[in-house]
Amino acid sequence: MKKEELPQDDSALTSMTRELMYVKDKDGKYTTDLSKGWEVKQAALDNAWDDIHERTEEARTAVKNGEKSAIYYFMEMKIMDLSVLSGYTGFWKFTIKRHLKPSVFKNLSDEKLSIYAKVFEITVQELKNFKG
Amino acid sequence: MEKQFKHIQAAHCENGVATSLMRYHGLEFMTEPLVFGIGAGIFYIHIPFLVLNNGPAVAYRTMPGWIFSQANRSLGIKVSRTKFNNEKSAKDFLDQKVKEGVPVGCQVGVFNLPYFPPEYRFHFNAHNLIVYGKENGNYLISDPVMETVTTLSEEDMIKVRFAKGPLSPRGQVYFPENVHMVSEEMIRTAIVKGIKRSVVMMLRLPGGIVGVSGINYTSKQIRKWRDKLGPRKAGLFLGQIVRMQEEIGTGGGGFRFLYAAFLEQANAYIKNDKLLEISEDFTKSGDLWRESAVQMGRIYKGRINNEQKDFEVCADLLKEISSIEKEAFIKLSKIKLK
Repeated sequence: MKKEELPQDDSALTSMTRELMYVKDKDGKYTTDLSKGWEVKQAALDNAWDDIHERTEEARTAVKNGEKSAIYYFMEMKIMDLSVLSGYTGFWKFTIKRHLKPSVFKNLSDEKLSIYAKVFEITVQELKNFKG
Repeated sequence: MEKQFKHIQAAHCENGVATSLMRYHGLEFMTEPLVFGIGAGIFYIHIPFLVLNNGPAVAYRTMPGWIFSQANRSLGIKVSRTKFNNEKSAKDFLDQKVKEGVPVGCQVGVFNLPYFPPEYRFHFNAHNLIVYGKENGNYLISDPVMETVTTLSEEDMIKVRFAKGPLSPRGQVYFPENVHMVSEEMIRTAIVKGIKRSVVMMLRLPGGIVGVSGINYTSKQIRKWRDKLGPRKAGLFLGQIVRMQEEIGTGGGGFRFLYAAFLEQANAYIKNDKLLEISEDFTKSGDLWRESAVQMGRIYKGRINNEQKDFEVCADLLKEISSIEKEAFIKLSKIKLK
């Protein structure tokens, strides 16, 4: 990539920093330059977030319809998957899968719920009362 | 006389940490491309069947931590690396290092990294930064992807050091130990070692999913995605590839420009015009990676109005990249270095 071709598009990075890129100068030698962003990758990032929001909304519906427990919604909201949630809670993935079932969820002890609530940064009551 | 720590901005966080720390310890010749090349950072892997963050699992670089370790080891420098089982001992260790005035590298997760914009806070646990001091209870941070230095509170520091999930850092702290003078001869040897290592990793690992054949594998997969996943999801998959390849921390073109810069700098130590020629090949490859990102962008921006032929264009580009990089690494393996 030539130095003059380096894109300078507005992006989510703008508030934080410009990024260092390796580009060729006029003499064809490598140098570095700073870029504000590139719309191609900003679009990819926007798409990824659209997808996350859609998944979160789907999770909300699933909870509302009684197909999944509230843990499922908050897991999606925090962009977690089973392995990340397992890391933060210390529960096995297998165990979490069970806790995603409304029938199992409603009998969970406050102790276990508080572990989830802490990870999701909400109260046990909010977790219990979330109905989608 | 007390050594001054100097913040250096880099394209890639781990390179940046390595460059800054080695320079701090007196290895003034060190640059980011040299670290990347000597550390044999260039790579490609596409892990089949694994879906990460709802996208394909591709990587353009070696495992986190390898570049730093490999770059130091090749120069005969020992690396100290410590992980912790609990937050208290992790904090005590870091505070002790700060007290001793030793800047150290820390592996952190970015989900809770306050100075990252929310859009970038995924559960990505292999970010690296340097802690070089403490003031008013806040750690002084040199994050290589940032233009300037920043700070982190004690509380945030614990959070990011103990991020959980894949590649969890477990409070990891690392730094070079007993850094000694490095002669030009040693640099040359390290460069050759790094190149040889990359040649092996890009050309000779079996399985068809790593190195240049891995790129080809992705190319073949892309041709199937639209039928298999539907237009929308297939577009999201392409978006993930572009993000892994172009996001902050890559230097653009999936690290290929960085590698091209390395070969150019290597030529200053090992006089061989072939290195410059091969550097051009990697520039070409990087440009094509960028071009493929543009083509993929056209698909995922259109969301569902994409067609199979658009995917074929991307796949063809990756196939071309695979063969360019294959040629380049074969050339690299054949030139007589030393």
